[in-house]
Amino acid sequence: MRSKSAAAPFGLWMLIFTIVPMAIVVYFAFTDPDGQFTLANILEIRNYAKPFLSSIYLGAIATVICLVLAYPLSFIIARSTERVQQTMVMIVMIPMWMNFLLRTYAWMSILEENGFLNQFFGLFGLHFNMINTSGAIVLGMVYNFLPFMVLPLYSVMAKMDDRVIEAARDLGCNHFEVFRRIILPLSTPGIVSGITMVFVPAVSTFVISKLLGGGKNYMIGDIIEAMFVGSASNYNLGAALSLVLMILMLLCMAFTRKVDNDEETIGGMMA
Amino acid sequence: MLLRFHAAGRDDIHHTPQETFYRKGGCIYMDSKNIIRLENISVSFDDQSVLQNLDLQISDGEFVTLLGPSGCGKTTTLRIIGGFLKPDSGSVFFDDQLVTDLPPHKRPVNTIFQRYALFPHLNVFDNVAFGMQVRKMKKEEIRERVEEMLRLVNLTGFEKRSVNTLSGGQQQRVAIARALAIHPRVLLLDEPLAALDLKLRKDMQAELKNIQKRLGITFIYVTHDQEEALSMSDTVVVMDSGKIQQIGTPQDIYNEPTNAFVADFIGESNILDGVMLSDYLVEFFGRKFSCLDSGFEPNEPVDVVIRPEDIDIVEPIKGDLVGTVTSVTFKGVHYETIVDFKGFKWMIQTTDFYDVDRTIGIKLNPEDIHIMKKSEYSGMFGDYSSYSEEFDEMADPEAALTGEEAEER
Ligand SMILES: Nc1ncnc2c1ncn2[C@@H]1O[C@H](COP(=O)(O)OP(=O)(O)OP(=O)(O)O)[C@@H](O)[C@H]1O
Ligand SMILES: [Mg+2]
Repeated sequence: MRSKSAAAPFGLWMLIFTIVPMAIVVYFAFTDPDGQFTLANILEIRNYAKPFLSSIYLGAIATVICLVLAYPLSFIIARSTERVQQTMVMIVMIPMWMNFLLRTYAWMSILEENGFLNQFFGLFGLHFNMINTSGAIVLGMVYNFLPFMVLPLYSVMAKMDDRVIEAARDLGCNHFEVFRRIILPLSTPGIVSGITMVFVPAVSTFVISKLLGGGKNYMIGDIIEAMFVGSASNYNLGAALSLVLMILMLLCMAFTRKVDNDEETIGGMMA
Repeated sequence: MLLRFHAAGRDDIHHTPQETFYRKGGCIYMDSKNIIRLENISVSFDDQSVLQNLDLQISDGEFVTLLGPSGCGKTTTLRIIGGFLKPDSGSVFFDDQLVTDLPPHKRPVNTIFQRYALFPHLNVFDNVAFGMQVRKMKKEEIRERVEEMLRLVNLTGFEKRSVNTLSGGQQQRVAIARALAIHPRVLLLDEPLAALDLKLRKDMQAELKNIQKRLGITFIYVTHDQEEALSMSDTVVVMDSGKIQQIGTPQDIYNEPTNAFVADFIGESNILDGVMLSDYLVEFFGRKFSCLDSGFEPNEPVDVVIRPEDIDIVEPIKGDLVGTVTSVTFKGVHYETIVDFKGFKWMIQTTDFYDVDRTIGIKLNPEDIHIMKKSEYSGMFGDYSSYSEEFDEMADPEAALTGEEAEER
């Protein structure tokens, strides 16, 4: 009883800031501009398969790169002394304190035709076409979302008991076996939340693709943005696209969780 | 079938195949050959010396206990044997082979860590099976041996349980089963029972001793509980500040302590200054006593140890020494009586009650007097003066009252 009454304010919060907006999105997605029920918006989505796929593709690549970079980094941080840990976590977090747009604009001026990097390469008579490519988009995603991968990984790894690792070595594991049998399964919860926290914002971003991808590489976020504030201006279609994107995300997350749970029998206990 | 075959020859013994295995192993290596030898081991952390020139030999099949106060280097010694720590200098031998640089996974040693260190992501079965899976043993064989091990530690039926839901004693037993499953030659146990309550600790002590006897494995056991050490071990190694103080059987350690530290750390002791007049004759408190010790220089200053339970209380006129009782504490089996002899207070354990301020005599038989050479620990232990003063203060209600009143005014 007590826990129920304590939960009441949070219930209210959820109602106002989660349920109601969701309901509004669903309402717009299934109505036309006159407020009449229609499935036209949903059917219209067929024409947007390509940006959907390319968003998921780029988001997935960025997530994988983040994981590959963050995993050893987090491991090194977690195995360092207390002071080094604090400093390194700080260094990972500092870019996050700067404005997201600012960070992305900075990359824009670095990657531009006459940007910082090309000026540097120019010294050697080289020139690269970097801005407005999907590579630039992925770079922007990795740069912006890497901390969201490092932090959950670091926190599970820091919690790992040294003696458990020693016990594994004691029972015959070499370094690789220790990794495969102990460190990897014990860090899976961190991998799962890291993937979720990077993949979801990466797929739905529009700022990064707009600034670093130019007009060429449209992602689904850009289209949705255009439906609401841009030239296309179609709230109903925008809402429908958002809804589908959200469902796709939920499916992805459910899938990751499932893989996690299959891997370790007591996945729930670890968190 | 194999079991039948083995048992057929000795119809008086019933045992399972794995016991036969160990018995065989035990027989082969039992001839008190060294299985582990530490030579001249020194370790320091940040300029702080933790082990100094440690030499230790451990025979196969032996139950050896490292006993000493907190911080004396017991865990460090185990970590060196297990391969988790490389000594700054010195060598580690297994079966006379140098293994100082061998990593833990290549040593025939398993460890039961101070707080078990079970794998939290695996269930009981997979924890116990872990070492065998790493060794790529056959599934069927693994399953059989896990069952055997769980039977050995009384956890049959717990296979599917998550280790996080087990009680301390159960986790402890899983840790034992996990370490024993791969048939180590040596088992290192670092205060394995420290986290358990008294009752469970006693049970587990018996269980561990039992397992060790049945399997004939060498146990190296770390504890700072002297009673545990005395009751379980074949050999006790008493350590203090990174040095071995004495190695011996529990009886040796108790009856013939080599210095004041050991005498004080193992049981209670009255330790007095004495002079060895000649062989079998010692003088202390201005009186001569015959004793069983010899081999000292004439008139060599020595430490004299008298155990509180060895002292006989007699009428004052019949006593070798006469003193006054200054405090009495009831301890269940006996009274712990503090007696003042010319300003030096002794502890005497007696089943008879002698009230405070009573004058008593004591009689010392030659076998109750133990002589030790002087050491760096002389004069540091074995005087119960401070002990009884604490009691005096507590027992004096008026003194306490005046103190409080004085503060109030
Ligand atoms: N990794 C380390 N770094 C620095 N000092 C250490 C380290 N390991 C141990 N020490 C120090 O070495 C000394 C001996 O430690 P050790 O763990 O061997 O003691 P112990 O006899 O096992 O004590 P306890 O009964 O409390 O477990 C202690 O003073 C300890 O602080
Ligand atoms: Mg210790």
